Amino acid sequence: MNHDAYSNDYIRDILAQVKTIAMAGASPNWNRPSYFVMKYLQSKGYRVLPVNPGVAGQEILGETVYGRLQDLPEPVDMVDIFRNSEAAGAVTDDAIVIGAKVVWMQLTVRNDAAAARAEAAGLKVVMNRCPKIEYASLCGEIGWSGVNSGIISAKRRKLGA
Amino acid sequence: MSQNAFYGFETLAIHAGAAPDPATGARATPIYQTTSYVFDSADEAASLFNLQTYGYIYSRLGNPTVAVLEERVAALEGGRGAIATASGHAAQLLALFTLMAPGASFVASNKLYGGSVTQFSRTFKKFGWDCDMVDAEDLDAVREALAKPTTKALFCESLANPGGVISDLETLASLAHGAGVPLIVDNTMASPYLCRPFEWGADIVIHSTTKFISGHGTAMGGMVVDSGKFDWAQNDKFPSLTKPEPAYHGLVFYETFGDLALTVHGHAVGLRDLGPAMAPMNAFLAISGAETLPIRMERHVENAAKVAAFLNAHPKVAWVSYAGLDGNPYKARAEKYLGGKAGSVFTFGVKGGYAAGLKLVEACDLFSHLANIGDTKSLILHPASTTHRQLTEAQATAAGAGPDVIRLSIGLETAADLIRDLEQAMAGL
Repeated sequence: MNHDAYSNDYIRDILAQVKTIAMAGASPNWNRPSYFVMKYLQSKGYRVLPVNPGVAGQEILGETVYGRLQDLPEPVDMVDIFRNSEAAGAVTDDAIVIGAKVVWMQLTVRNDAAAARAEAAGLKVVMNRCPKIEYASLCGEIGWSGVNSGIISAKRRKLGA
Repeated sequence: MSQNAFYGFETLAIHAGAAPDPATGARATPIYQTTSYVFDSADEAASLFNLQTYGYIYSRLGNPTVAVLEERVAALEGGRGAIATASGHAAQLLALFTLMAPGASFVASNKLYGGSVTQFSRTFKKFGWDCDMVDAEDLDAVREALAKPTTKALFCESLANPGGVISDLETLASLAHGAGVPLIVDNTMASPYLCRPFEWGADIVIHSTTKFISGHGTAMGGMVVDSGKFDWAQNDKFPSLTKPEPAYHGLVFYETFGDLALTVHGHAVGLRDLGPAMAPMNAFLAISGAETLPIRMERHVENAAKVAAFLNAHPKVAWVSYAGLDGNPYKARAEKYLGGKAGSVFTFGVKGGYAAGLKLVEACDLFSHLANIGDTKSLILHPASTTHRQLTEAQATAAGAGPDVIRLSIGLETAADLIRDLEQAMAGL
């Protein structure tokens, strides 16, 4: 996998197959990036389970916060990592242990060694990307903000896709 | 794994940003002539105001017709995103607003459109912004100005108005990056069809869409395009993007939006608080214009080359500054940066100076005497008595607008008719 340039198809498949997401490093503060992403993903129909040992037992956006991935009460399809690149290594190893299918590292987060371990275990990996931005790009919604979605099509876009 | 499809410039000029209307199937982009947009719920409204989701609130911040043009121009420039504004001048204000603060400065080439010289050197002073104007051919002077700790950006025009000067974008980008600041390029005169500054290392592109992009002299507009490649966190120069933004509840734009940070800030703070939004009708006209940009530019350049060659051989013409002519000092740069197509706006000098210049302008029949460029109609102007009038004589001469200078913007008429009109006008000198 070339982690410098993902195809739209690769990202689209991941976002279409994933239903439940564990968010490592989720913050209860409304102006933190993780909160933005969690709220957006919830609005698009994803179940997001926040993970943050500092606020374990509290709630973020209506969901109970867990201390670590191994404490989650149900399996998840994807682990979205809001931690620095070094810390993302241990989170990736936990994601492999709990049987996640995808490891996603946020903007500026990249750990190639951890990505190689995850891919060897059969997981898909995305690094230095944001699922909110990718989802909005693929459905064309991001163009509403003047952003270049890269999508060219003469087909009518679905409302609320 | 298949790579993302690559589309040619002509396809992007027609399709980028636009799609059949999701509600009605309308194929042309509708003019969404509305000030505001209903919220589905209080929670959705909160998400929109917090920038947590995408959508429209109020047309000062964003409008569906305007957004199509933003994405269109961003795609044509190869940029990440764009912010449409009421005019090119507003685009310059908005781009610098995110980067600057009272006491900050920026470096600009002294070969600029006269209106920009005045905006930068006089009006921006009221914000506490200083502009250091330098000769961009003097690289030591550029380096020295960039080294000032207060410097936030380097600004130039790809093809400068009106002097026919072509900036050495690749070199200027590397000097700017060495100083940890972005290179901002006004690409109005070249249009993205002739020059794409991001390919040479520029970080922000400015347009007056009023000119070639819109192309018909009907709609005011401006655009800030962000490459999305500049690392705003490499130093402490850009707190609006890298530190909690007090105008947005402490949101950190670069951390939250990554390579979209400048585009989002330009809408959410710049347009919100300065207010120079583009009108939907003007965006519609510019969208229609952009669709034919490639073929119009080809003909603009073809006609300009013919008129320049005619003037170059005329006994009453002292000189012609068109980079497409053999022997022009910028011909090599026209090859490198403009694909050998030197645009359609250029200057020449009439023998007889200021008085002869005024007489020539008034004697033209087909050329319109007015202060614009990039129209289907051919335009003529005497900059020293009009667009560059607010400048000192030294500033005007440095900007290529001395007393004998005539500026032409060659349109899409029959080239022979344009030549005949200039010929009869010069016969009376």
